[in-house]
Amino acid sequence: MIEFKNVKKAYQDNVVIEDLSFTINDGEFVCIIGPSGCGKTTTLKMINRLHKVNGGEILIDGTNINDIDVNELRKSIGYVIQHIGLFPNMNVKQNISVVPTLLKWSKDKIDLRIKELMKMINMPFDEFAYKYPNELSGGQQQRVGVLRALAANPNIILMDEPFGALDPITRDVLQDELRNIHDQLKKTIIFVTHDMDEAVKMADRILFLDGGKILQYATPEEMLKNPGTPLIREFLGKISYDYNASDLTCEDVMRKRVYTVYNKERTLKCTSIMKQRDVASLVVVDHNNRYLGIIRIEDIKSEGVPGETIEKLIRKEDITVLINSNARDAFSELEKDNKEYLVVLKRDRQVAGIITRSSMAKALASLIWGENDV
Amino acid sequence: MFKALSDFFDSYGNMLISSIFIHLKFVFISVAIGFIIAFILGILLSRVPKLSVILIPILSIFQTIPGLVFIGVLFLYLGIKDITVIIALAIYAIFPILKNTYVGLISVDKKIIEAAQGCGMNPFQVLWKIEIPLAMPSIISGLRMSTIYTVSWAVLAAMIGLGGLGEFVYRGIETNNTTLILGGAIPSAIIAILLGYLIDKVQYHFTPRGLRKEP
Repeated sequence: MIEFKNVKKAYQDNVVIEDLSFTINDGEFVCIIGPSGCGKTTTLKMINRLHKVNGGEILIDGTNINDIDVNELRKSIGYVIQHIGLFPNMNVKQNISVVPTLLKWSKDKIDLRIKELMKMINMPFDEFAYKYPNELSGGQQQRVGVLRALAANPNIILMDEPFGALDPITRDVLQDELRNIHDQLKKTIIFVTHDMDEAVKMADRILFLDGGKILQYATPEEMLKNPGTPLIREFLGKISYDYNASDLTCEDVMRKRVYTVYNKERTLKCTSIMKQRDVASLVVVDHNNRYLGIIRIEDIKSEGVPGETIEKLIRKEDITVLINSNARDAFSELEKDNKEYLVVLKRDRQVAGIITRSSMAKALASLIWGENDV
Repeated sequence: MFKALSDFFDSYGNMLISSIFIHLKFVFISVAIGFIIAFILGILLSRVPKLSVILIPILSIFQTIPGLVFIGVLFLYLGIKDITVIIALAIYAIFPILKNTYVGLISVDKKIIEAAQGCGMNPFQVLWKIEIPLAMPSIISGLRMSTIYTVSWAVLAAMIGLGGLGEFVYRGIETNNTTLILGGAIPSAIIAILLGYLIDKVQYHFTPRGLRKEP
């Protein structure tokens, strides 16, 4: 557990942080965010004493960090900085093994650890261990930076805008990887960012600072629902919207255009519609557009008799969802058997639409980036 | 042309070879001493950049004193000894290495140093594992400069009668013999070029692969 108690920080006469108190629990992923100059990086760097505390105290598991030898403290805390943090004179292996070497681990133990770590992020040891930072892509460099922080198995990892210099796609991938690593290893991660999307995606709790003061310290959901101040609302921008993702209904995420077929239709007509639309199945309805089931190409192929109607081939066992039910439930249903789509029904069992993976993704994207972009 | 050359080697061959060795001896010893002093001084100065802003210009004034004057003055105190020449040359060798060591060290990216501190390295480890390797290309190019200068300054050794390739130059000037002057000048130029080439190889070797410019 990390505790800030009335921490004060000043550069000469310029007070950056006046009186900062908060707690970070073990295994928690906390993002520190705020406008530039809000003291977020300073707050981070006080934890490993790269910046000195001018008042109050910081405790790690109850011990004041000033009572721990500064280099011992730093060796026990992982530290990742923006893109250029790797030592350019060392190869990947040497970079990752910096802290274990300082801790005087045996060579075999270090080798084993590095192989284990590199496996975790899919960078084959044989291919990458002896490459130098300038021979790696930005994303690979930052992965190595994260591994270096993890190498000696610290309980706490500090990250100072680690993905800030990466292109959006690489950043997204690394965010997922880091989140995975966190879920697996349960480290306490303190992550400075200026990107609210990143904070909302990654954090268990977000610490919002402005002028060295805490404006809000809450879970992303809580912050989205009740932004503490107008500044936070502004930072949340399009993400906050009127409602958040958990309020979405099936209607919000479904596709309205559905390829339906009448239950008295003949098999040949069915296959030609499928061919034309390039789909493997159709939704079958009755005269009143009420849902009856699904007709699949493979069933027509194996059991269909040319010239007969499709009625006997209709499958009725597929699960359907109601238009006003929660989108999250629909999504987990979709995930369950890796279904292609779910049929959405109105109260009177008329077909309203279908939910596919892409319709779901589009709806979520428009929620984050605004309707018009998609 | 060939005849002149073979005549020259006939008369001065042995003297040329021994002069080259004397010359090289002066160069190696003084550059080695200069390097050690400059390297240590450069590291110390890089720890106190504020002081260095004043100190380095002062040191550079020494550089502007003509070598002739300097050897002359030292000669008055120390007499005709190898040490006179070696001290003089070493002092001249110091400055380029000192300056390059200093500049190389202070231009190491502060973020990298912070990353090293953040990993828990003490100041000595940061210096030894990070700063010096990163400054190495700059330090070696200072060494290269010093070595090449020293080859030409070592000609002055002959001025106080200590031999070396300068011997040819001085005798040539005294007797108005162009062949003799060239007989001293050309070998020292060749030595300078060869040593420069050698140091380039050393520099390549000492530059971490991650820092080499070529692909």
